[in-house]
Amino acid sequence: MKLNTLQRHFRESGKSLLRNGWMTFASVSAVTVTLLLVGVFLVIMMNLNHIATNVENDVEIRVHIDPAATLENQKALDAKIKKIAKVDSVLYSPKEKELTNMIEGMGENGEAFKLFEQDNPLRDVLVVKTKTPQDVSQVSKKIETFEYVQTVKYGKEYVDNLFNVVDIARNIGVVLIIGLLFTAMFLISNTIKITIMARRKEIEIMRLVGATNNFIRWPFFLEGLWLGALGSVIPIGLIGVFYSNLFKYVSPKINIPFFELLPLSPFIYQISAILILLGGLIGIWGSLMSVRKFLKV
Amino acid sequence: MIEMTDVYKTYSNGVVAINGINVKIKAGEFVYVVGPSGAGKSTFIKMMYREESPTTGNIVVNGVSLPKIRNTKVPIFRRNIGVVFQDFKLLPTLTVYENVAFAMEVIEKTPDEIKKRVMEVLDLVGLKHKVRMLPTELSGGEQQRVSIARSIVNSPKVVIADEPTGNLDPETSWEIMNIFEEINKSGTTMVMATHNKDIVNNMKHRVIAIENGKIARDDMRGEYGYEA
Repeated sequence: MKLNTLQRHFRESGKSLLRNGWMTFASVSAVTVTLLLVGVFLVIMMNLNHIATNVENDVEIRVHIDPAATLENQKALDAKIKKIAKVDSVLYSPKEKELTNMIEGMGENGEAFKLFEQDNPLRDVLVVKTKTPQDVSQVSKKIETFEYVQTVKYGKEYVDNLFNVVDIARNIGVVLIIGLLFTAMFLISNTIKITIMARRKEIEIMRLVGATNNFIRWPFFLEGLWLGALGSVIPIGLIGVFYSNLFKYVSPKINIPFFELLPLSPFIYQISAILILLGGLIGIWGSLMSVRKFLKV
Repeated sequence: MIEMTDVYKTYSNGVVAINGINVKIKAGEFVYVVGPSGAGKSTFIKMMYREESPTTGNIVVNGVSLPKIRNTKVPIFRRNIGVVFQDFKLLPTLTVYENVAFAMEVIEKTPDEIKKRVMEVLDLVGLKHKVRMLPTELSGGEQQRVSIARSIVNSPKVVIADEPTGNLDPETSWEIMNIFEEINKSGTTMVMATHNKDIVNNMKHRVIAIENGKIARDDMRGEYGYEA
């Protein structure tokens, strides 16, 4: 395509947006509303996922070693656990370290436990991380059967419930977002269809004077792109303002373990990029779908 | 230039529009297509610029065999054909200049070429002074002149007109006919479907009469032959 022609397509697509003012407004509004919904859902979903991942990554198996085990027994146990295929890492934590951790973790109340430094009642521990958090239950059961293992702990019920909740939440979110996107496409393609119905004559005349289908499509393609991009401006702005306030003012006041929002950067940019991309794609798709039926030669 | 061989056209609803036509139109000819309403004139004309395709038979225009041409090649074929309609088919949102320039932009001419040629053809149809006006600000005759300017801006070898004076008063019709006459004199083949008895009888050219999908008459310097 010649540069002049490309310039023409850009010029025409812009002019056409202005000429069909009300229809442009209608299409952009449709994109705005749907992208706002999709955006809010994305923010919720991505954060939920982030929190879930945080929790999941924190899941570990604590293997308390029988005090009767010699250093060699311990090493053998360590090696045996490492051989389990689903195990990612095994960290040895001697009972002295366990005690220090406990004292530090309790803050001021920890002082009282300093007495135990003389006669440490804790056990040496092997901290086991699995490759995927969902494997902890299975791996724990296996470790329980090994020699010199006193107890195996991973917060069984808590972890299993958490996985269930997180999975359900994820699935619902995905279904909702896909549903929203389809609604958006339907809405937008209908709006654009109406604008193109009004421009049937234009397409008919273009074909009569010898315009190729691609030549006809180009301005509509660009127009769809502009509609989608314009429609994503307000959602991006609103979500940006809303999320940065949420992050700055609300998030620090919520004191729930693992509750941590995704940091502003790069999250805000990612969301903006996703929305503008979705807007553009939906616009182009709607526009090309609608123009298609008029291009049958 | 235009040659139809054993052409039949039956629409999907069973209506037989063209029922065996053989005709040859030479380069540079001026041909009227006449006949009662519903006789098949429009289908006959539309097949020449491949808006319709024959059910059987062959049509060759400008050396291109239309039934065989691929859909994607149709636009290229149409660039050598100018088409003028009864309802002008101008874009109401574009100015006179833009309406004509449009046909050149489509075939990717440079802005300089476009400007020069558009002003040339607008001068030819006598509308050079109204380039900035919108079609709605023009009279019917003026709108038809814009549409003629658009049809010839790419210097086509054939201009096909489907009742171009159908919506115009007699005086304006004559102005339009004079422009067609000029275009024809420059060597362009003219095919024009019309109901205008006065024009056919006074501006003498070949007349092809179509009745019931067949050629009923084909006379050089013929008459309209029907009651108006």
